Amino acid sequence: MQCQICNKNEATIHLTEITDGERTEMHICEQCAIEQDIAVKSHIPINELLSNLLAVQPSDDELFGPSEQKLTCPNCGFTLAQFRKEGALGCPRDYEVFEKTLLALIEKAHDGKTTHCGKIPLKTPRDTKKQMEMLNLRQQLDAAVISEDYELAAQLRDKIKQREK
Amino acid sequence: MELTDISNDINEWFDGSGPLADTVISSRIRLARNLAGYKFLSRCSNAEKSEILDKLRDVMMSLDLGDKVFYVSVDKAPTLNKHFLVERHLISRHHAFGKGPRGVVIAQREFFTAMINEEDHLRIQVLKAGCQLSDCARQINRIDDMIEAKVDFAFSPRYGYLTACPTNVGTGIRVSVMLHLPALKMTGQIEKFFNAAKDMNLAVRGLFGEGTEAASDLYQLSNQATLGVSEAEIVSRFEKTIIPEIIEYENTARSELLSKQSDVLDDKISRAMALLQNAHLISSQEALFLLSHLRLGINMHEHMGASTPAIEKLRALCGEGDDPDKASALSIATINRLFMLTLPAHLQLNYGKPLDPTHRDALRAQIIRSALNQENPRKS
Repeated sequence: MQCQICNKNEATIHLTEITDGERTEMHICEQCAIEQDIAVKSHIPINELLSNLLAVQPSDDELFGPSEQKLTCPNCGFTLAQFRKEGALGCPRDYEVFEKTLLALIEKAHDGKTTHCGKIPLKTPRDTKKQMEMLNLRQQLDAAVISEDYELAAQLRDKIKQREK
Repeated sequence: MELTDISNDINEWFDGSGPLADTVISSRIRLARNLAGYKFLSRCSNAEKSEILDKLRDVMMSLDLGDKVFYVSVDKAPTLNKHFLVERHLISRHHAFGKGPRGVVIAQREFFTAMINEEDHLRIQVLKAGCQLSDCARQINRIDDMIEAKVDFAFSPRYGYLTACPTNVGTGIRVSVMLHLPALKMTGQIEKFFNAAKDMNLAVRGLFGEGTEAASDLYQLSNQATLGVSEAEIVSRFEKTIIPEIIEYENTARSELLSKQSDVLDDKISRAMALLQNAHLISSQEALFLLSHLRLGINMHEHMGASTPAIEKLRALCGEGDDPDKASALSIATINRLFMLTLPAHLQLNYGKPLDPTHRDALRAQIIRSALNQENPRKS
């Protein structure tokens, strides 16, 4: 894509501006950005990312009704209000108790992914391992369909069918 | 085993060896884990934290790592020792200045540390010199297996290893490299690196963590996403895509300096030499930048065959050619050693007592002067 200002260089900076609900996009090169005095903020520290994620999330009432908002974890007594304040959870069980709210956050923090892929503890029972493998395959299948890689999608579908037998 | 046993020298992971070490100073992989059956730390009483600490310390001390290990009780350590451990990259700032019973198990050669009761119950890390992420990954996985044979970690089939903060859930892995990017900084192109990192969803931190990006030409680059992507994929992405791309940026900037701005390069190297060899008071920040310029000069000669008037002078300072004893030449290892040993807590720990900033600056200048002048055969 060419720079919209000089029409010469490759556009490497992509700006999206939203004013009064109107969305405008601009694609420009680094040199023009410097000339136009457009500052490009480069990185977001992890805790800023987290607080941004928490801040932009719709309130729980809007999303799911007041249910999770008022919930208290039976194991650690943790509430969502505390999570918003502290940015860390109270116990492993919170992942289930506040699943609906956390899911949106998890999705944003992990490039849209919501299912574990990678190391599984050695002691994990065999059927759990199998279940996790199936989850991973389905996730890969979804990704393949989205990226229109139908050949890979077909292979994954066959694999899933084979394992379901 | 005392901290002063390691504080007067640098260890393998920072000695300038390893693949691609002219840009990638070191590789580090960290795993976050929590014990099953316990609450996360924010909801633990001090008694529960002590129980976790005792349990995990015993497990860590019993691991067969092929090296001696020692334990530091972080909550009881003097402030200076805490600063030292942070400077040394053996614990995080959060761990050093957090609350409650906590500690760290350190392998004497520093390739392995285990922070207990940091943000998660356990955070283990493996450190190596240069670009050795695959080796770090293999080693930390083996150590994690050894630990898992003795304890159960909180794990869910859906979300993987469960961590106190959902941003670490899944693999709980943080892969990071420490990069030396002086030419990008010198040519005003460091934003290119920041933007590339942002596009690849990576975090950039300065030498001493968040907010210290402007403090030196050293940067730490690490992954942010930990869920839905395997450990192997993350490591491979760093090794095959991310690191080569950043190295190419830096090398292009180094070539540009040499071909188009050799006066700028020579000015920086010459000023750095003059100041470091003669100054009597030098701040930690100033030393980091000046040493960085010497490091760049040596690396440009060694890896690109660069030969400018200032680099030739630097080589004379190195004693190359006239000095039959190569070991005494000014090497990258010496520069790295000066980087580390002149940091505030290192200076004070090695001196034996706390020093005010002016005395620190004087001591720092003296150490650097003596290292640089001693190694110049023409001056000795």
